[in-house]
Amino acid sequence: MDFDLSDEQKMLAEQARGLLAERSPYDHLRKLIDIGAEWDEALWRELGEMGFLGANIPDEFGGLGMGELDLGVISQELGRVNAAVPFTSSIVLAADAIRLAGSVQQKQRWLPQLASGEIVACFASTEGSGPLLGQEASLMAGKLNGIKSPVADAGIAAIAVVQVGDGLAIVQLDQPGVTRTKLDSFDQLRAHYRLDFKDVDADMLPGLNQISTLLDRAAVQVAFEAVGGSEACLEMGRDYVMERQMFGRPLASYQAIKHKLADVAVAIELAKSNAYYAGWASESSPDDLASAAAAARLTAIKAFEMAARENLQVHGGIGYTFEANCHFYYRRERMLAVNLGGRDYWTDRLLNARPGFQGKAS
Amino acid sequence: MDFNDTPEESAFRVRAKAWLAEHAPAHELPRGVVLADSDEADRARAWMRELFRGGWSGLTFPKELGGGGLSGIEAVIFSEEESRYHLPKGPFTSIGTGMALPVIAKHGNDEQRARFIKPTLNGDITWCQLFSEPAAGSDLAALRTKAVQADDGSGDWIVNGQKVWSSFAHLTDWGILVVRTDPTVPKHKGLTFFVVDMATPGIETRPIRQISGMSEFNETFLTDVRIPDANRIGAIGEGWACCMTVLMGERLGSGAHRSGIEPLLELAGRTPADDGSTMLDDKAIRRALGEALAEEQGERFFQARLRTMVSKGENPGALAGMVKLAYAGRQQKALGIAMELRGMDAIAADPSDEETARLQYDYIYSTVMRIAGGADEVLRNQIAERVLGMPGEVRMDKDVPFEQLK
Repeated sequence: MDFDLSDEQKMLAEQARGLLAERSPYDHLRKLIDIGAEWDEALWRELGEMGFLGANIPDEFGGLGMGELDLGVISQELGRVNAAVPFTSSIVLAADAIRLAGSVQQKQRWLPQLASGEIVACFASTEGSGPLLGQEASLMAGKLNGIKSPVADAGIAAIAVVQVGDGLAIVQLDQPGVTRTKLDSFDQLRAHYRLDFKDVDADMLPGLNQISTLLDRAAVQVAFEAVGGSEACLEMGRDYVMERQMFGRPLASYQAIKHKLADVAVAIELAKSNAYYAGWASESSPDDLASAAAAARLTAIKAFEMAARENLQVHGGIGYTFEANCHFYYRRERMLAVNLGGRDYWTDRLLNARPGFQGKAS
Repeated sequence: MDFNDTPEESAFRVRAKAWLAEHAPAHELPRGVVLADSDEADRARAWMRELFRGGWSGLTFPKELGGGGLSGIEAVIFSEEESRYHLPKGPFTSIGTGMALPVIAKHGNDEQRARFIKPTLNGDITWCQLFSEPAAGSDLAALRTKAVQADDGSGDWIVNGQKVWSSFAHLTDWGILVVRTDPTVPKHKGLTFFVVDMATPGIETRPIRQISGMSEFNETFLTDVRIPDANRIGAIGEGWACCMTVLMGERLGSGAHRSGIEPLLELAGRTPADDGSTMLDDKAIRRALGEALAEEQGERFFQARLRTMVSKGENPGALAGMVKLAYAGRQQKALGIAMELRGMDAIAADPSDEETARLQYDYIYSTVMRIAGGADEVLRNQIAERVLGMPGEVRMDKDVPFEQLK
């Protein structure tokens, strides 16, 4: 047993961390929000050139053919800087959907463009505040009708992978009958849209019953992203309380603060350990994927929730200002927590995956 | 990263499994029965002897000291396989193997290693821990039990004082003991470490009546107890370093794990709800126990990460304290929820209802885990200071000679 990242994975993390620290500092995020930018396009192009976007896409489709853990390392670093890029939408969800359920032709057509970052794809499943998998959208004789909302990154996407019933379809968004309506996104660095489809051409992915696997695999990546965000919050909070003086001594010297941050540190280590295992299991022990992904997702959101809240809390009033950096994570954490199946979806997934257990989903 | 066994590890596991299949069943404890302390101790000693005969005792101890000379990972594999059986393991034997032996091996002399290591590994000698005192728990170095050298030229030490929370002190053969030998220096510097034969005149153990109704912990009174200097471990004044060695052993623990949450999920699944479904369909119960199960899985993989660190020669330090901190709080919370879902039976059960009695006991005992072996608050301080690099606590007594402290 060797339960640690490989030297290559550690190098990959360092490389990604170095690039992202330089290209996506907090002042840059503030500027993107101020100018109302849809995304950080320059960063996306660079990530594509570096090969990060195609990390887990097979080489024959233009990627690097690396594993889920390698992708996880990249997700973690993107989470650490709170990058304004459609990585989850385009790579973790859409490209993975095509990879899992697409025909060879569909893969050949779309995966190389997604791996290089040349085009962006979004992923559309919910239809408002209902279940994770929308019930109303319909696809008959190649024509898609219905509404999907909210859809992250739809404003910059060339294509959408749309969930229809138990299946998935590719829709090109620059065609008549597609309407994109911008919503007020809680995370100011990830634009969300409502997509209206009226008799639009859609190309079914032939693979069946892939949605739950797709979501499990995505949950692992989101867990890595949340772990990265949590670590950034813990470090920021720690650094701040070490500097800040109160009643004649550093704020960090108070047990109320030490114990709070120690609890955050524990939550992060548990989440990271689950994410590592889930990343490993998604390739090496697929029978464990559902349980491992759900545990990773639940613990990572919990860690991020604690870290984002307590980071802002220990900053005090300054944390409530736009000039401080806590708010980026405070918003992103809730976006991740609500997105892609909330707490109950993943609790059901975890509990129903227990050996020998046939549970009712609530 | 590979969570699976390497071919060598796998071969070792096969060997461990085969030996256990042949020898473990005869030692298994009856399930669901609470045994008397002395019965439990006898069975634990018998299992130690069996392990030793098979060459499975003290796996990570160097061969030349009578151990197995194996890696930490192999010890974990063995303990994973061992934990598939309901065997008599616990403080009665683990204080010896996990605390006394590491100190004797590291701080003792050759004569002491020869005297104690093998007889402990083969079950001839069992140990208790005489550390905490009524006024020295988390602040262990504040201990007051004192030892002075006899003025008869024998070199013997005369010990007086009181120790507390010593598991199985009434049944074990020897104790590891830390005492104050110099009150004129600051508190950490005046301590010395001994091993003491529990049959020595002047040692009296009294069971503590605990809130659980059980009495596995004791108070131990030491009155003019004479300990030969040959039973001093390490130099005079080296006691605190010895204690640190003990406490590291306590933190790293074994790799074996039995789910604490799974039985509670089963209980919820068997408990009817008002609407004809079960309590496991109750959203609040699902959320609470689901979160606990997810954390428990994370803790298991976190331990795997720690073991990997150790196998690569890194010291996890205060990271290891995270395991107990997470475990203890989670168990107490989850057991509290289990009592609620048990409903009114949980507060007044039929005397024949052993399952509820067990739940009540486990809930009461869960509070021990948050205090013993590093209280939650101590562990949080250590994590904040040593993992996060935050400032240490103000220590008013640090440079003051012990005898001048209030």
